[in-house]
Amino acid sequence: MADQQDAYAGTSETTSGRVYTVTGQDWDTLVQGIGEHHDERVVVNMGPQHPSTHGVLRLILELEGETVTEARCGIGYLHTGIEKNMEYRTWTQGVTFCTRMDYLSPFYNEATYVLGVERLLGIEDDIPEKANVMRVLLMELNRISSHLVAIATGGMEIGALTVMTVGFRERELVLDLFELITGLRMNHAFIRPGGVAQDLPDGALDEVRDFVKLMKKRLPEYADLCNANPIFKARLQGVGHLDLAGCLALGISGPVLRSTGYAWDLRKTQPYCGYEDYEFDVQTWDTSDSYGRFRIRLNEMWESLRIVEQCVDRLAGLDGAPIMVADKKIAWPSQLAIGHDGMGNSLDHIKHIMGESMEALIHHFKLVTEGFRVPPGQAYVPVESPRGELGAHVVSDGGTRPFRAHFRDPSFTNLQATSVMSEGGMVADVIVAIASIDPVMGGVDR
Amino acid sequence: MTDNEKAGAQRDLSTGEPRERGTEEGQNTAGVARAGEAAPETVGRRTGMFGVSGSGDTSGYGGLVRPTVYPGAAQRPFGPPTAAGATGWFDTVADGLDGLIEKVVIHRGEITFYVHRDHLVEAMRRLRDEESLRFEFSAGVSGVHYPDDTGRELHAVYSLLSMTWNRRIRVETTCPEDDPHLPSTVAIYPTHDWHEREVWDFFGVVFDGHPALTRIQMPDDWPGHPQRKDYPLGGIPVEYKGATIPPADQRRSYN
Repeated sequence: MADQQDAYAGTSETTSGRVYTVTGQDWDTLVQGIGEHHDERVVVNMGPQHPSTHGVLRLILELEGETVTEARCGIGYLHTGIEKNMEYRTWTQGVTFCTRMDYLSPFYNEATYVLGVERLLGIEDDIPEKANVMRVLLMELNRISSHLVAIATGGMEIGALTVMTVGFRERELVLDLFELITGLRMNHAFIRPGGVAQDLPDGALDEVRDFVKLMKKRLPEYADLCNANPIFKARLQGVGHLDLAGCLALGISGPVLRSTGYAWDLRKTQPYCGYEDYEFDVQTWDTSDSYGRFRIRLNEMWESLRIVEQCVDRLAGLDGAPIMVADKKIAWPSQLAIGHDGMGNSLDHIKHIMGESMEALIHHFKLVTEGFRVPPGQAYVPVESPRGELGAHVVSDGGTRPFRAHFRDPSFTNLQATSVMSEGGMVADVIVAIASIDPVMGGVDR
Repeated sequence: MTDNEKAGAQRDLSTGEPRERGTEEGQNTAGVARAGEAAPETVGRRTGMFGVSGSGDTSGYGGLVRPTVYPGAAQRPFGPPTAAGATGWFDTVADGLDGLIEKVVIHRGEITFYVHRDHLVEAMRRLRDEESLRFEFSAGVSGVHYPDDTGRELHAVYSLLSMTWNRRIRVETTCPEDDPHLPSTVAIYPTHDWHEREVWDFFGVVFDGHPALTRIQMPDDWPGHPQRKDYPLGGIPVEYKGATIPPADQRRSYN
């Protein structure tokens, strides 16, 4: 035992006894090296479990005093392999997975994936009008709820707790509408290839109308609370600056891009789901900073309310219209219905397949267990999510399951701007800059 | 190619199905489109109905053979059709990439330019900088693994957007599994930084010239590249009310 030399701290016998040495490095020079950096340079690890990093985002900040000299993101803490999992489920089941990616804008995840599948199927023009209007309605309600969370959490992260409480108060109303229409508050899996999962329940339009009326009263509260608030402005103005060239180089889209004054909105420039038939304005700001992004989000909620109103008017005239593509080889055979124990299969449909028609049973069985086949090829149909361009690159090899589904998530791409937005600024401004990007880690990590 | 597969390819031919790709692949010159190749191309084929073999399937469907037929190369004019017979913008972009394109595929109104990896950087630079192209926005890189596409198993798909012209194209490049190298395009589109890291992480494509090609989603010490087709999904069997349900990638399922 005594003969064995410790690899890290060897010993030697001298006349004055045993001497222990710390080996491996020349500690004198090392200590000198540290002494030369007599400034306050320090590397701080922030997150992934931190209340102000907007989710499980990890920041590695190099600070000199309070100034950030380098900011890097560490992501992947919420990676769940959704894309890989989708390759083992049918095309319809894929919706159930991708809705969970960006959990604040589930309808957009569903929509972009479903639009890609529909393009591959070649049924883009066959989607019933009512299904498209319902998709737009849900997406715009979703934009409101998502922007509310963006503003609410952004406010909380800078200490404006009232902004958070009012933000979540209104968001809850939107989630109630989602629950009424889809049966779930989040992760709906409601937009399906060929249309939507089920028709509007009775009274849904009245509820939406009431909500719009209420929001028109509540939205000015945000403006009163924040728009001219000196503390709010002092924290946000000029922070997280990114100009148009920076946005394009880094692939930044959504409110961050529009805060440079460039009115790029896919709903206008490359319309889908019939957005060309709605009247709304693209909101821009010209300050390229966090304050501009906040104001854009606030204004976009007003525009979304405008679109929701138009949807409600249209849906009022579409009572009883089909919500699923007419092709029975694609349309989901079963309809859902509300029972005494919640949402479930329609009893009429169960009666039909179990008691009346053998062919209907076979058809149901084939579509539900096997699913439909999608012709080989690839498609990419992006949508304007609350955070920017969200697109699904959908590849089929002709099978009943996606060969590959890759999501171009705007949170993932926009988060790359963290360094350029926060380096050279104060450490407190990093939080504001990231909140203005509004990344959702579920979408970043997928 | 085994004898069995050869027989399969010949059967496809005799039934009028498109030919198996790969035989004339070597003679493919860097023209814009291959002359006389309008036919769709077959990449692999699926047999049976349930994706598993040797399961004692007595349904009779085990003998089914279906080729996997991808849309073939398009011919000029590419379109899309315009009023008064003017040149479609697909042709404008193809002209801008003259000499760099392996083939052009137009499917469901979307155009894909296949570019050899040696020409990728040059093609991207032209797409971004030239006045008539101006694809100033890249939506990132998506990797796809085609295990049956021999010699070009790993694909990288770039979705580019021209905000000036309001056009969207796709650029696709490939590399073999045993030489998984592609040139990095971060210098042209800085947004590709994280996207290329993701493709490296999930598919093991090495982007030469990337400033810091490290894993991005998986832990740094993760073995393998999870989104490759030969990488198992994983999971454990779940027991429910006495019945055991195998993990998703081991269930009997339709293919």
